[in-house]
Amino acid sequence: MNDSITRTKLSNGLQILLKEIHTAPIISHWAWYRVGSKDEQTGRTGISHWVEHMQFKGTPQYPASVLDKAISREGGMWNAFTYLDWTTYFETMPADKIDLALRLEADRMYNSLYDPKEVASERTVVISEREGSENEPLFLLSEAVQHAAFRVHPYHHEVIGDLADLKSISRDDLYNHYRTYYQPNNALIAVAGDFDTRRMLKLLRELYGDFPAGPHLQRLSRAEPASSGEHHLTVEGPGETTYLEVAYRSVAGSHPDFYPLSVLDSLLAGPSNLNMFGGGGISNKTSRLYRALVEKELAVAVNGGLTTTLDPFLYSIMITVHPSRKPAQALAALDGEIKRIQDELASPEEIARAIKQARAIFAYGSENITNQAFWLGYAEMFATYDWFTSYLHKLAEVTPKDVQRVAQAYLRSQERVVGTYLPTGSGGSQ
Amino acid sequence: MTKPKSTSRMEANLPGPEDIHRQVLPNGIVVLCRSNFNSPSVVISGYIQAGSLFDSDEKLGLADFTARAMMRGTEKRDFQQIFDALESCGASLGFSSGAHTTGFSGRALVEDLPLLMDLLAEAIRMPMFPTRQVEKLRAQLLTGLAIRAQDTSDMASLTFDQIVFENHPYSRPEDGWPQTIQAITRGDLVRFHQKHLGPRGMVIVIVGAVEAGLALEQIERVLGDWRNPRQPESPVLPPLKPLIQSVTRKVTIPGKFQSDLVIGASGPKRLDPEYIPASLGNSILGQFGMMGRIGEVVRERAGLAYYAYSSLNAGIGPGSWDVAAGVNPGNVEKAAGLIQKEIARFVKKGVTADELADSQANFIGRLPLSLESNAGVANALLNIERHNLGLDYYRRYPNMVKVVTPEQVVEVSRKFLHPDKLAVAVAGP
Repeated sequence: MNDSITRTKLSNGLQILLKEIHTAPIISHWAWYRVGSKDEQTGRTGISHWVEHMQFKGTPQYPASVLDKAISREGGMWNAFTYLDWTTYFETMPADKIDLALRLEADRMYNSLYDPKEVASERTVVISEREGSENEPLFLLSEAVQHAAFRVHPYHHEVIGDLADLKSISRDDLYNHYRTYYQPNNALIAVAGDFDTRRMLKLLRELYGDFPAGPHLQRLSRAEPASSGEHHLTVEGPGETTYLEVAYRSVAGSHPDFYPLSVLDSLLAGPSNLNMFGGGGISNKTSRLYRALVEKELAVAVNGGLTTTLDPFLYSIMITVHPSRKPAQALAALDGEIKRIQDELASPEEIARAIKQARAIFAYGSENITNQAFWLGYAEMFATYDWFTSYLHKLAEVTPKDVQRVAQAYLRSQERVVGTYLPTGSGGSQ
Repeated sequence: MTKPKSTSRMEANLPGPEDIHRQVLPNGIVVLCRSNFNSPSVVISGYIQAGSLFDSDEKLGLADFTARAMMRGTEKRDFQQIFDALESCGASLGFSSGAHTTGFSGRALVEDLPLLMDLLAEAIRMPMFPTRQVEKLRAQLLTGLAIRAQDTSDMASLTFDQIVFENHPYSRPEDGWPQTIQAITRGDLVRFHQKHLGPRGMVIVIVGAVEAGLALEQIERVLGDWRNPRQPESPVLPPLKPLIQSVTRKVTIPGKFQSDLVIGASGPKRLDPEYIPASLGNSILGQFGMMGRIGEVVRERAGLAYYAYSSLNAGIGPGSWDVAAGVNPGNVEKAAGLIQKEIARFVKKGVTADELADSQANFIGRLPLSLESNAGVANALLNIERHNLGLDYYRRYPNMVKVVTPEQVVEVSRKFLHPDKLAVAVAGP
């Protein structure tokens, strides 16, 4: 795979990353904004995500619903996502139709209307989105665990926001949030696919070159203090299935310990799939936790989750408890495996295996131009694109001692949150 | 400097007879291959003619349980050995069943294709169904069913199928019910496998960084001599009686914050000439842009739902055409009313030439996007083979879409969607 990219920055601060790929007549174009739930104060939780919704509600040039219809008419695929650290909008189009996407994104960087009627209608849509999530036991559990793990740091609330704020946020709140963060010096345009770099750059300069840089942003910055001890919590709700979420404080994506932690996660719970597109990951049935919990019939499933964030977030292990077992039994087995990986060195073969798995997962993701374009911007949100291109190489440098060290440093029970979802329906275990 | 490819070259990039290699083995297995050397990986997928249509009511879920249990141990490798082989090279492989077939799909770096083929063939030809592993799997399946029973979207869909396909095998969920999964014995799995799995009607697709000749060799090596003289004919579906009046059914799931609705009726089969006009109609009704007319009315204007869209599901037998939405429990009646009103308007007034042109452009324009990856191409080849569409289908497809008229769309919608003969399924608190 050819990794050569063109990287530039306009005088107004807009970052541009371009990667030519000529394997199919497709172009994928992403607009990234460095704003997410991390930038939200109490009383305004969910505002970044709601702004993302409002970005589809029209500008003078492209009124509401003209935008998505215009893309669909050309056979394009589009979507938008809000996360802890960023918000992104993408369009994947047949190559000769990409101009439309470029114009749409440039237009809505400044010109979204935030019509009060649209705000009112979208309020109930976002609340409906939240209600759909509340139907899921795992969402309720995750939200409680996240809240317990971050008392101070603004990672403490879900991207969707709290209902209290979804009910009270005003049109002006939304508009001000938009005007504050949607500025060229807080944005990145990434394009991958079947184009000519010089022509694409020329187009982007024409579209964005005259935009003025926004004022320097004051970021909400509240470091989470060290944890004072292990925190247990329970969420009760409907159903028959008991879940355990065990969450440890992790590291920023750009931290050098991310690589040994990634290997540790692979060994414990199977490899994570960091690709947004390109199909599912691989199974984890030979991972240590699967063997200790699922094969031993203490659990029916176990998963690990390591994610790449700007500030340290969480490394979470999710366990679906076996219907005839108690959560304490599953937790004891988990603790046994954590102690084992802290006390005994993993073998070089296990680590080589984790690296081969990562290599395969990256190869699968490389088939898809939308996924390649995704990585151009995504890596820049917490590090740089070099993070992506050097990932496998950095992983290959991880030694058994590194894995042991991070297991000891980060998987300390004194600093974790243990959340249990207890079903109040028939057959719930206590 | 390279220029972007032209539209005609875009269409030439679509799979066709000169780059899809199709061969039928002496034992009946159909093999389709298309090479793609842009990525070092390979996808295999396919199906075997054994699905839940063969399940009795008392043991509903048997085909699927058998499919999933096949990888729990074979004559050559136990469960951990199978998954050690796969996971050590970052490969994946899995089986599951639908009504008509047991499907499989797997992926690997191309250097591991021989291993993937070995494991596929072992699981299919010599599964051992070890007792302890079967019981572990049973517990996992039962947990899955407990989760399904709590899921408002799953239960609304399931209830919808029960109404629309009453007295027809399609009313039954392929993964069964807790009591039917409990009733299945290891002996049942063994017998199901021995009787129903065979090469006749099997299809295997391989897409990726491998030459067709080599791919074919791999398949012949591990499955070429497979026979099952007991393999039965596929069951014949009874005719479906369409609804004669609207039917509403609600499943109560306490403690939930959102209700799910599914409203609709049965739809065309994949091979019906109505299929493409119905697809275009469905796009206008509830897909195009931000979920079509349904999205516009239920989400954009009324603000009632984060998701509200329509689907056309068309397969070997009669399909379904429905609108689904997730709404606050207090808004169920209002949303159901809006949806039914929109369906009525759709069949009464039809679609405009502009609306149709938009959806036609979308169907044609998005083809290269759906055929970009190995998995996308593999799905496309399976689709061609399952419905006997012809190797040149994707070359002919744009024209088949272009010739549809608004009159055809409204005629087809009126055939299947009658505002006073709709199934209304609700699941929520």
